[in-house]
Amino acid sequence: MSKQNTVKEPLFHIVKRTEMPLWQAWLIRIVAIIVGLAVASVLCAAVAGKNPLDVPVSLINGCFGTERRLWVFLREGALLLGVTLALIPAFKMKFWNLGGNGQVLIGCIASTACMFYLGGKLPDWVVNIIMIVAAIAAGAIWAVIPAIFKACFNTNETLFTLMMNYITTALAAYCLVVWVPSGTSVLSPFTEGVLPTIINDNVLTLIVVAVLLVFMTVYLKFSKHGYELSVVGESEKTAKYIGINVKRVVIRTLVLSGAICGVIGLLLSGSINHTLTTSMDNNMGFTATMTAWLAKFSPLVAIFTSFFITFISRGMSEVQVSFGFSESSVANIVTGLVYFAIIACEFFVSYKIVGRSKNKEKSVKTETKEKQTEAKADEQTVSDEKNPVKEEVK
Amino acid sequence: MFVVFLTSAIAISTIFLFGCVGEIITEKAGHLNLGLPGIMCAGSAGGCYGVSLYMNSLADPSKASWILLILISVALAFAFAAVFGGIYAFLTVSLRSNQNVTGLALTTFGAGFTQFFMNSYVDKTNFAKASLLFKASLPFADSLGWFGDIFLSHGVLVYLAIVIALIAGIVLNKTKVGLRLRAVGENPGAADAVGINVNRYKYSAILIGSGIAGLGGLFFVMDYIKGSWQNASTIEAFGWLSIALVIFTLWKPIVSIPGAIVFGGLYIACSYLRVSFNVMKLLDMLPYVVTIIVLIITSIRNSKENQGPASLGLAYFREER
Repeated sequence: MSKQNTVKEPLFHIVKRTEMPLWQAWLIRIVAIIVGLAVASVLCAAVAGKNPLDVPVSLINGCFGTERRLWVFLREGALLLGVTLALIPAFKMKFWNLGGNGQVLIGCIASTACMFYLGGKLPDWVVNIIMIVAAIAAGAIWAVIPAIFKACFNTNETLFTLMMNYITTALAAYCLVVWVPSGTSVLSPFTEGVLPTIINDNVLTLIVVAVLLVFMTVYLKFSKHGYELSVVGESEKTAKYIGINVKRVVIRTLVLSGAICGVIGLLLSGSINHTLTTSMDNNMGFTATMTAWLAKFSPLVAIFTSFFITFISRGMSEVQVSFGFSESSVANIVTGLVYFAIIACEFFVSYKIVGRSKNKEKSVKTETKEKQTEAKADEQTVSDEKNPVKEEVK
Repeated sequence: MFVVFLTSAIAISTIFLFGCVGEIITEKAGHLNLGLPGIMCAGSAGGCYGVSLYMNSLADPSKASWILLILISVALAFAFAAVFGGIYAFLTVSLRSNQNVTGLALTTFGAGFTQFFMNSYVDKTNFAKASLLFKASLPFADSLGWFGDIFLSHGVLVYLAIVIALIAGIVLNKTKVGLRLRAVGENPGAADAVGINVNRYKYSAILIGSGIAGLGGLFFVMDYIKGSWQNASTIEAFGWLSIALVIFTLWKPIVSIPGAIVFGGLYIACSYLRVSFNVMKLLDMLPYVVTIIVLIITSIRNSKENQGPASLGLAYFREER
């Protein structure tokens, strides 16, 4: 054999996994999260010159240290879960709704407008009803504009929704200069027309999000709408063949998506803060993009992912104080690192690395075997998606 | 008035131009990089770090050498941005992750990193002096009237952006490398079949594209806002607009030169209109509204040759051909 004629087998090659037990997939993800957090902790500690083990302690302390912190953690987690639930149907349909920020903020603007113009002039319960309707309608309209253009002209929805975020911020800034005559753009909290308080400021949010969670789980799993949108997401052509009106599904789903974002905006302005700021959405639309994707678009797994990301971002504010960082952006760096770890680990869930084998026949055999199971693979992925839901329900 | 308007439109267009050309190169390889805002932030962090390193190494910062300052800061801006692009490339090319999600994570990370890095590690004391060098224009520009004001009064990075856009246009459309890169973006399976190393092209395109985009961040901080660092979120907004500009210019680097100037003009237009402060706040949304209108028009016009690369956003896996 001359050197030129032999084809050198690469050191390793990548093979798509046909199946992986669910526990194994989640084990990989949990290990990835721990690795990501560990790297972030070591970096934080190295920069601040402290013990890396203090980071997890501070994280936990920041979220659960006092009763107030626990409530804030639960509330923030619930809000993020709400936005995640709003994005899940859109993402499942492969409609990249990155406009969560704007849709939440427009809900805030709408409900604040109701409090500003109607609060005190009408009975509170009337104002509340108008607020609820206004916020839901505003969110839905904000989401349906890009959806209509996507459905009719296939306009790029990613950038469209992104631009809507900035438009909403400008609109909020405009409302604030109009509503605050002094020019400070700081709107003092309303006392009239706000949503009723149950026990404390946070409980109403938890209840509403819990209702949304049940609704979304049922909607996606048992309703015809939920089925149709998942078919559109899997393959638009299939959807057309079996007689699904793709345009209608896209528009309908985005109305739902925007409406839920509007509800979150309503909670933020009407129940929690009683006012409006230009950054009230707290970038939740973006964060929810990640949590929805990490949850594999399952509403029940989203509980875990939303609260986990909230755990990091809330906890980091404590780390920031105890480590003496002057910058709140440290939280972004740490969440970024954890995102990377989780994104990277998905590779090991769906692919495996096969080393250079000495026994050629064996590797050929396994390859053919894999091709045979390829047909099964599609079924497998479908059932994989459903499995976590089943387990959680049990 | 018009001369002043056009001059500042060209100045601000440079940020869009760097970002847009960088993104075009990346997208030609089939990768929609939504991490561009984060990468542009990282570029500004790197470039500013270079400026502070160089300025602080001098005994007398007012005697800084123009060429060294530009070279060091441009090299570091490119390097920082390319490292961030490298993270994106590794995750999306080698690990085949979802490009949208990876990009968004990179934007979060890049903006956070830049904010932290700029406030903790970059000494901004000599930025105003350095900025004068960045903005230094040709000595005879003033004597040429309006022509000199509009075209020759800018700092060196403005011309660098235009040169890079021209080179990118020529390389993409007239050379073998460009043809192969486009093949990778259109149909990686076919490109692989004819012996093109798909992953190498993807990696190079993402790294170079990110590096170029990073220069936009440097330009914004050191030239456009005269070395006064505020926060990363402004650069982030420019990043998103740059991605939109890619669609507006139909993935053509040379078209992006006038395209960026139009965008730049729209971006600053509201500060040239005589309106009240309240309406001014409302007009802040103008560039974004225009972007949306542009997106809609582009999609309605929808002709075959004006589409993005066919496999944009899809991971390439050899076994799935």
